[in-house]
Amino acid sequence: MVTVELDKVDEIIDRYVGEEGILIQLLLDIQSELNWIPKEALERISERLKIPVSQIYRIASFYKAMSLTPRGRHIVNVCLGTACHVRGGPRIMDRAKQILGIDAGETTPDMKFTLERVNCLGCCALGPVVVVDRDYHGKITPAKVKEIIETCD
Amino acid sequence: MTFQELQNRAKSEWEALRNSTYILIGTATCGRAAGALATLEALEKELSRRSIEVKTIQVGCMGLCYAEPLVTISKLDSLRIVYHNVTPELVPRLIEGYIMSDDPCLELALGILEGGEEESPYIPELLRFEHELRLVLRRCGYIDPKNINHYIANGGYNGLEKALKLQPEEIIEEVKGSGLRGRGGAGFPTGRKWESCRNAKGEPKYVVCNADEGDPGAFMDRVVLESDPQQVIEGMIIAGYAMSAKQGYVYVRAEYPLAIECLQTALNQAKEMGFLGDNILGSGFSFHIEIAKGAGAFVSGEETALMAAVEGKMSTPRPRPPYPAQAGLWGKPTLLNNVKTFANVPLIIQRGADWFSSIGTERSKGTAVFTLAGKINNAGLAEVPMGTTLRELIYDIGGGIPNDKAFKAVQIGGPSGGCLPASLLDTPIDYDSLREAGSMMGSGGMIVMDEDNCIVDAARFFLDFTTRESCGKCTMGRLGTLQMHETLEDIVAGNGKIEDLDLLLELAEDVKAGSLCGLGRTAPNPVLTTMRYFRDEYEAHILEKRCPALVCSELIAYYILPDKCDRGCEHCVLTCPTEAIKGEKGEIKVIDQEKCSKCGTCLEVCPPEYNAVVKLSPISLLPSKEKGEVK
Repeated sequence: MVTVELDKVDEIIDRYVGEEGILIQLLLDIQSELNWIPKEALERISERLKIPVSQIYRIASFYKAMSLTPRGRHIVNVCLGTACHVRGGPRIMDRAKQILGIDAGETTPDMKFTLERVNCLGCCALGPVVVVDRDYHGKITPAKVKEIIETCD
Repeated sequence: MTFQELQNRAKSEWEALRNSTYILIGTATCGRAAGALATLEALEKELSRRSIEVKTIQVGCMGLCYAEPLVTISKLDSLRIVYHNVTPELVPRLIEGYIMSDDPCLELALGILEGGEEESPYIPELLRFEHELRLVLRRCGYIDPKNINHYIANGGYNGLEKALKLQPEEIIEEVKGSGLRGRGGAGFPTGRKWESCRNAKGEPKYVVCNADEGDPGAFMDRVVLESDPQQVIEGMIIAGYAMSAKQGYVYVRAEYPLAIECLQTALNQAKEMGFLGDNILGSGFSFHIEIAKGAGAFVSGEETALMAAVEGKMSTPRPRPPYPAQAGLWGKPTLLNNVKTFANVPLIIQRGADWFSSIGTERSKGTAVFTLAGKINNAGLAEVPMGTTLRELIYDIGGGIPNDKAFKAVQIGGPSGGCLPASLLDTPIDYDSLREAGSMMGSGGMIVMDEDNCIVDAARFFLDFTTRESCGKCTMGRLGTLQMHETLEDIVAGNGKIEDLDLLLELAEDVKAGSLCGLGRTAPNPVLTTMRYFRDEYEAHILEKRCPALVCSELIAYYILPDKCDRGCEHCVLTCPTEAIKGEKGEIKVIDQEKCSKCGTCLEVCPPEYNAVVKLSPISLLPSKEKGEVK
């Protein structure tokens, strides 16, 4: 891990020193800053906040919003909540897998895309829904998936 | 400033707005998914290009998600008109038509916006408003969620002002008398919970709002937080005062970034105005609220797991008792309620328990907020008095099923709820009637399924969900659900045995009895209700290897009807992702069943004038020549 990144981790830890019950929020901040949580970050938190690594790892591996492997520049979230499921969500997911050549939860070798399935994004009325990074796309068809993925640079 | 002064200032700001021409545009998450941000950009561009000084205000969601992006033009001395599906291309037409001249562009309008201030806003053209009674949703989509003055000018913080003059015990009596029950799903009487926490020994006490709306298909808490977050904050402050607590937390799921943003803005503004923080409105009472962001675990919605997450720990449930009211956050008495429960509190305090308990049924008071999704024309949000029937909700408010398809089932209450058939459409919506029917009120997510949805596939979907989301702590939650899921996988793949059905029922009882938390205890509900009402569909999958809804891919085959195929067109050949369709130009196209991945693209692209692609189930219906190629 490069020093710059570790500096960022330190900065984030600084915000939480001395506070109670902060581990999840702290890990979420690192996740959003670095797009994943490297092993070195876990070690650094452990060292500075005197929390066993095992305890930090337990949390980081439990929550879906945290990733212990590097993620792609673009995160493609396909919603497979109930409403999207009954309106053809699984076919959207199949198409996305086929286009990207990866399974849900995986990242393309060029580190451009990570494909994720989510349980529900709360825009059920417009399902099936795909969210790329922070852009929401409603009423998606398999053909539109291709279009959306292709417009990512 | 005193409350009176704050109110006067807010009211004059609101009056000034109402005495001008202005535009409201819904930019909650559902609006955004429909393209509202592009519409907003087009609006602002067009207004500045023409140098028109008209305020554009971003509002939340009116509950009419099917019609997003929604734009309301409120014209001075004229009507307020709501326009639906406003794409950027329609913007110049609206501005030229209704803002620059007097053409109301009725062909683009959903209706006229009436009401506001004293009564909840409504659109008389829409039948749904005859059934709806909006309390929690009354300001949603109508005020700017990031402007506290809009909230105050529309009745906001009146409840708190009144509450601070009462004794905590009087507030609890009022909540008890209202008959309000927990809106998170289980329906525990709110007043009793408050009383029990108030009386619990231990200091300090905490107030926690559960905004971990994890049930897929439920999104009303998101809408409330994105459209009118102050009412939740106000409810929490009143609860804090009644508990003599100093600290509150709102636990919001990570999948709701916009809700978190709106809530944070609202908290900051409430603090600036003196509704939150030290010495609230000069009363001597101090209360603070922080947001705890979720990190993507469904089980966190369970109250004990949620508190573990707020403490920064792994989110797993623990046995109850002790209940959170006795020993919650950091072992201290903690009042935990859902977003909508808190949202109801300010009105109860303001208008009184008698008023609230006059709404609804004998044992379920007030209103129910439901989300309508799936196979329904007017997908979105509705708030109705308890006791409204499912039929009224689905047909009169939801506008029925699209494309004249037949209604099959409505799934209520997410993965913990059940699927109810057409014969139960006249069931009134209240805690007890829904439970009797085998479902539950749950968080209020309602998903409509039509004849094209497979009921066994739906049950499999829910068990897949609960298996994935099980935290792994108790055996039945971890392995019982897994075993049920695997049995359902066998059935949808055509490998089920008829004895599996009894096994599933037996297992369902065990999982219900042996799970630690609500997630496990209710996980079998989708299986139990579908077996109770749709056993024939299970039997068709097992005995005939047939999926009646033509959904389960292992039991269906795509087939091109030779007499309908146009021969000349090649849509299916060119779009098939696995190159499974053979046939030169001018020949009848044939699907190679071995190569076919059953993605359905051919059926989708075959021009409607031919409609040559059909799905067959069981696969044995394929003409013998093609059947030979099926594995």
